[in-house]
Amino acid sequence: MTAIIEVRNLIKRFGHKQVLRQLNFSVQQGEFVALLGSNGAGKTTLLRILSSLSKPNYGEIQIAGYFLPGQSAQVRKKLGVVSHLPLLYGDLSAEENLKFYGKLYGLSDFQNHIEEILKLVGLLKRKKDLVRTFSRGMQQRLAIGRAIIHDPEVLLLDEPHTGLDQDAANMLDTLLQEIASRGRTVVMTSHDFPRVANLATRFDVLYKGKIHASKLAKDLPQHGLLAYYQSIVDEIDAEGGKQGAT
Amino acid sequence: MQKGGSKVQPKTSFFKALFAVVWKDLIAELRGKELISAMLVFALLVIFIFNFALELDPKTRSALTAGILWVTIIFAGNLGLNRSMSVEKDRGCLDGLLLAPVDRTAIYFGKSIANWIFMLIVAMIVLPIYSILYNTNIISPALILVIILGSEGYVAIGTLLASMAVQARTRDILLPILLFPVILPVLIAAVKASAGILSGFPLTDLQTWFNLLIVYDIIFTSVAFMVFDSVVEE
Repeated sequence: MTAIIEVRNLIKRFGHKQVLRQLNFSVQQGEFVALLGSNGAGKTTLLRILSSLSKPNYGEIQIAGYFLPGQSAQVRKKLGVVSHLPLLYGDLSAEENLKFYGKLYGLSDFQNHIEEILKLVGLLKRKKDLVRTFSRGMQQRLAIGRAIIHDPEVLLLDEPHTGLDQDAANMLDTLLQEIASRGRTVVMTSHDFPRVANLATRFDVLYKGKIHASKLAKDLPQHGLLAYYQSIVDEIDAEGGKQGAT
Repeated sequence: MQKGGSKVQPKTSFFKALFAVVWKDLIAELRGKELISAMLVFALLVIFIFNFALELDPKTRSALTAGILWVTIIFAGNLGLNRSMSVEKDRGCLDGLLLAPVDRTAIYFGKSIANWIFMLIVAMIVLPIYSILYNTNIISPALILVIILGSEGYVAIGTLLASMAVQARTRDILLPILLFPVILPVLIAAVKASAGILSGFPLTDLQTWFNLLIVYDIIFTSVAFMVFDSVVEE
């Protein structure tokens, strides 16, 4: 297997605050990686750097064979990004939003493709409706459609379940499983442990700016994700306490 | 997943992306009518306030016309620039634009052209209303040319500064504080050229002001072209 995402010694500072501390991270093609961590651990910062929205202070990043930040336009072509905000225009219809993003991604003759995407996300019947009339769940499904319109190799999701009710979150999970089953690489941050436990093939614990542990889903006991995460965090905190005491 | 005959181009064309942004802004504005209506109402209010607050005699009024007109256009334009970028920021759409595999200056030019169109629409509505209210015909091709040149310089640097200010909590206050001092040369040239035209001076006498407008349009557009990528990146 080849690494589609390779991050080495990544450092990111905001002023005096160091958010990512020589972080190393690697994702193989076709993996579904869940990044677990508390608020402020650096999950969103890492995803923003991977998606070329933020520049690192130091470190080497390679995605699908291209380097960041030097080859960011090539990297962006390979990426689909979903955040807790839908990145959609309320005054455009679902179809117009996808058409707009399709043009930005250099697609041509893509009317049929838009219909397929809308069908995949279950919004074909609402294609002419303005996005501002959509519920949060529908907007998030359309956001997935927007993110995959150019058939990206890698999908980055930053807490995509935020603000979704149970039904909408279930529909989103089905959609993500469908995308992953097509061999796409997915990296997702989440606080929703039961949900990611059913989705991801690997779990990485990002804590205080570093990836401290990584575990394959098949190596975890059923319902063992939260306990695993907590044990890692306790271990790091205990080590930090010892170092502080000496 | 790539079905239905769609083709991913090796690199998105600069102009395709640029026109996509213009198209998106025009369609969204046509539906929402938030930006133009806010700019227009504000512009009309400024004209009304000047009309009643100053109580000028016809002679003094014609001398001040150019100044009042440009103050109206600039203030209304500021409102439009702020709104245009905050719409992108509030729903995270600015990230959506920046994620596209396209030269980011295409996004800047797309936003600038859309802002320019909105500003010109407002100016073209304000001109006849001003003429009626102040009982003087100010509509002339030369004045329209000054408005086109002046507003180009204004939106060129204004769109850049708006994309900078939109990152801040105090963006509504920050934009005019950043923009108005920078835009002063364009404003002076536009007011002087407009005043000359309204006073009936031949265009050859106003050549200096036109040259200044053109030079500043080029400078502002070039600066924005060079630095936009750095301004929008974290």
